[in-house]
Amino acid sequence: MYKIIKAEFIAPNVKSFILEAPHIAKKRQAGQFIILRVHDKGERIPITIADSNTEEGWINIIVQGLGKTSAHLNTLETGDYLQDLVGPLGLPTHIENWGTLVCMSGGVGTAEALPIAAAGKAAGNRVISIIGARNKDLIIAEEQMAEVVDEVRISTDDGSAGRHGLVTDVLQDLIDEGIKPDMIVAIGPLPMMAAVSNQTKEIGIPTMVSLNAIMVDGTGMCGACRATVGGKTVFVCVDGPEFDGHQVDFKELGSRQKMYKKQEEESHKCFLERQMKKMKAEQMKEEVVS
Amino acid sequence: MKRERPQSFNTVPMKERMIIPRQDMPEQDAGLRSTNFLEVNLGLTPEQAIVEAQRCIECKSPTCMDGCPVNIKIPDFIQLICKEDFVGAAQKIKEDNSLPAICGRVCPQETQCEEICVMGKRFEPVAIGRLERFVADYAMQHGNGSTETFDKPASSGQKVAIVGSGPAGLAVASDLIKEGHEVTVFEALHEFGGVLVYGIPEFRLPKSILREEVATLEDMGVKFVKNFIVGRTMTIQELMADEGYDAVFLGLGAGLPRFMNIPGENLNGVYSANEFLTRSNLMRGYEFPEWDTPLYRAKHAIIVGGGNTAMDAVRTAKRLGADEASIVYRRSEEEMPARNEEIHHAKEEGIKFMNLVNPIEFISDDQGSVVAAKCLRMELGEPDESGRRRPVPMEGSEFVMDVDMVVIAVGNGSNPLISQTTPEIETNKWGNIVADEDGRTSMEGVFAGGDIVSGGATVILAMGAGRKSAVAINEYLKAKVGS
Repeated sequence: MYKIIKAEFIAPNVKSFILEAPHIAKKRQAGQFIILRVHDKGERIPITIADSNTEEGWINIIVQGLGKTSAHLNTLETGDYLQDLVGPLGLPTHIENWGTLVCMSGGVGTAEALPIAAAGKAAGNRVISIIGARNKDLIIAEEQMAEVVDEVRISTDDGSAGRHGLVTDVLQDLIDEGIKPDMIVAIGPLPMMAAVSNQTKEIGIPTMVSLNAIMVDGTGMCGACRATVGGKTVFVCVDGPEFDGHQVDFKELGSRQKMYKKQEEESHKCFLERQMKKMKAEQMKEEVVS
Repeated sequence: MKRERPQSFNTVPMKERMIIPRQDMPEQDAGLRSTNFLEVNLGLTPEQAIVEAQRCIECKSPTCMDGCPVNIKIPDFIQLICKEDFVGAAQKIKEDNSLPAICGRVCPQETQCEEICVMGKRFEPVAIGRLERFVADYAMQHGNGSTETFDKPASSGQKVAIVGSGPAGLAVASDLIKEGHEVTVFEALHEFGGVLVYGIPEFRLPKSILREEVATLEDMGVKFVKNFIVGRTMTIQELMADEGYDAVFLGLGAGLPRFMNIPGENLNGVYSANEFLTRSNLMRGYEFPEWDTPLYRAKHAIIVGGGNTAMDAVRTAKRLGADEASIVYRRSEEEMPARNEEIHHAKEEGIKFMNLVNPIEFISDDQGSVVAAKCLRMELGEPDESGRRRPVPMEGSEFVMDVDMVVIAVGNGSNPLISQTTPEIETNKWGNIVADEDGRTSMEGVFAGGDIVSGGATVILAMGAGRKSAVAINEYLKAKVGS
């Protein structure tokens, strides 16, 4: 069992976990991920490591409650335990001094972009962060990002913070201002990474994306996470998770991510029903006591 | 090597032994079992086991042992069964094989010990595999595993790390704990057993049997660490330099599943056999949504390949409720690498065999899910380098069939993790670790065996390789103390 040292919501439905994991903390590099199971009948899900501390022996992950497993995970509190935790997995991000690095992130992707932005800065780049979210409340890790990069720009779909629009609009603004990015890193929901890759392909800026495929073992044994990059099949878990965005077949990956949509909905519904029953039972108990 | 013949306890006159029929394995009814995941083979009864053991004609120079990759003392344990000392028979096997309940189920005895059994020349061979399974199960059920006779040896003060808890790793662990070394097994997944847990289905090898075998090793003092990926969580160098391991055994198993490189292979509903079986076996996808991991329940599933893995996958698809679950194999049944027993069981369960057929494309609906397979019919030409006749496409034979799930079971490549993180260890052009006969790799103190060295093979061959490595590791450790 793996201890949750600290768990707290940092945005609606988005929880930050500090997990006891001394071995993983010692080894992990920017861009790598872990696989966890919440309970003894749970599925294995991959989550990118956002931060770690070697001396204190912990890693940090940020989880958005989307499906059954992430929703269940987000019910766990400080002092609870995970069933299984393994890592670090995947190849570390390739970092060099490109010149000007723009880190574009959406949703919880910002937490995952943070270590890459920091490593990019440490390598001597001028780093500009573009953070996108649906609205003001869903922006995470803005302050931490501001601490490590040269400049942070925000965009929201509804205009409640920063520029009204998408991260691609902000990138266009940068370019219109005469800033010439030498490298783009895009991390976030698939449509966002696809849109960024489309945009930068046209203007010829190398772009790296971090793919979030469905995985089982995460060590190359099963091939659940395969994607097409440059016309070739890759395994995201051992060949990635980061790839040249201009080469990725986003349509295929998008459809593969939805492979179990029906089952996921069924599983999520079962989970919510069980949670409701539990709540009702607790309520009844309270009523009896009072 | 001349060995003494075991004391005979067989009271049946020699001539009568030849006319005793080989004892059939009691099985779960085919119609019933194709709807559940319970074990197909039920095991011999004690009466059957004694009768079967009495069929052994006690050859002066028995050949059966030569057919066994771990040289189990087959004549000896068979005599103990005649004596009705079933626990003693199990212990006799355990002298050479730490996992008899598993090997009794999954070894291809018909191409090993039983193939060269002298009885088999004129009659049917003694059912050595069934007897092995019987005594192993008996000993387990009667709480008489090997621990009772296991005297803990004096500690050597030396530490061995075993990477991978599959058949090779478990065999090494068992042999080295008996030598007094401190043995730790590191496993990447969350359950122990490697391919025995993620690959072989419950209906062929119940998980409870595997857990018992692992528990026995634990009782003997072997430490098991799960969720630990050597190469990532800690490198081999760190295990040896920082954690004080004197030797390392790599039993990593086969790696990346092979695909066919044909259009449509990444469609939804197209699985590697590894993924399909892992979702079903390790993750209990067949119990979804009680267990969280989802798995396709197809109406018409095809499984491409003709090995044991293909048979496991097709029988799993059937049990998940497929109206039609078919094997699609590019050669004929004669060339199939699967065990006869598996093919026979599959047929009984209503599995369709489409031999001499090869898919060339998978076709999708507008959602990216597979709905059809385009195939060619094949005929057999001249033998290829494997000695089997090469399948050649027949002209104008193209046809399309509706399918809603495809499982590709055409073998595995190697796992790149160790070569990515430990370049000191030499690998060949296929990415397999280069090791000598005793498992020594190019890195001092590091040994390897099983599929990671040989490429995809069987459980018992991996165990055989593990046992050879265990001898070499023991010698290496002794020399290390001496120096």
